[in-house]
Amino acid sequence: MIVEIIIAALILLGGFFCLVAGLGVLRLPDVLIRMHASTKAGTLGSGLILVAVAVYFADTATITRAAATILFLLITTPVAAHLIGRAAFRSGVPLWKTSMEPGVEEKLRR
Amino acid sequence: MTDLDILGTAVDISFVMLMLGVAFAFVRLIKGPSLPDRIVALDMMTILIVSFCGLYAIMADDTAFVDVAIVLALVGFLATVALARYVERRNGGNFPRPPATIPKPEDKP
Repeated sequence: MIVEIIIAALILLGGFFCLVAGLGVLRLPDVLIRMHASTKAGTLGSGLILVAVAVYFADTATITRAAATILFLLITTPVAAHLIGRAAFRSGVPLWKTSMEPGVEEKLRR
Repeated sequence: MTDLDILGTAVDISFVMLMLGVAFAFVRLIKGPSLPDRIVALDMMTILIVSFCGLYAIMADDTAFVDVAIVLALVGFLATVALARYVERRNGGNFPRPPATIPKPEDKP
């Protein structure tokens, strides 16, 4: 009973954070700020739901696989966000209220 | 005592919220003004479908969907890296035009 309540709370929190991530990607004004929403809230929601999976099944194989998935998401999501942000900044998408020092164009040119 | 199914109700509510998140990301995927917006939306849809696989593993009482989640996370990361490299290589890697909020340097000849 207690375990069931814990799993339900984890699942509801994870679903809530996934909903917040979707809302952020839809409503925020800029590529970099949207990436902020999708990366952090999305990873937190997925991690909570995978923790709920590990608690629900509670055998060694499933716990290992859920932990591996969480670890993989925690490693790869910042790398992917960094790559997208770098590509977006260098390809010159319009930014919202970012102030850059003059001459950054020459410094970033390879 | 009561026959209220706490876990089933929580799984149903969480499915609804998750699918709303995927739908919002899909709207951004359709109307994203630039290509990096669409890549961000695709990346987040992949992450949300990973958690969908976790929820479905709980609902169907089957651990095989956790493997599906691992493979989906891998493939989604590779797709995001490939698309980001494509965006960066598309115009030679240097500013084709200045970003919209860069102030014009006034001592330009």
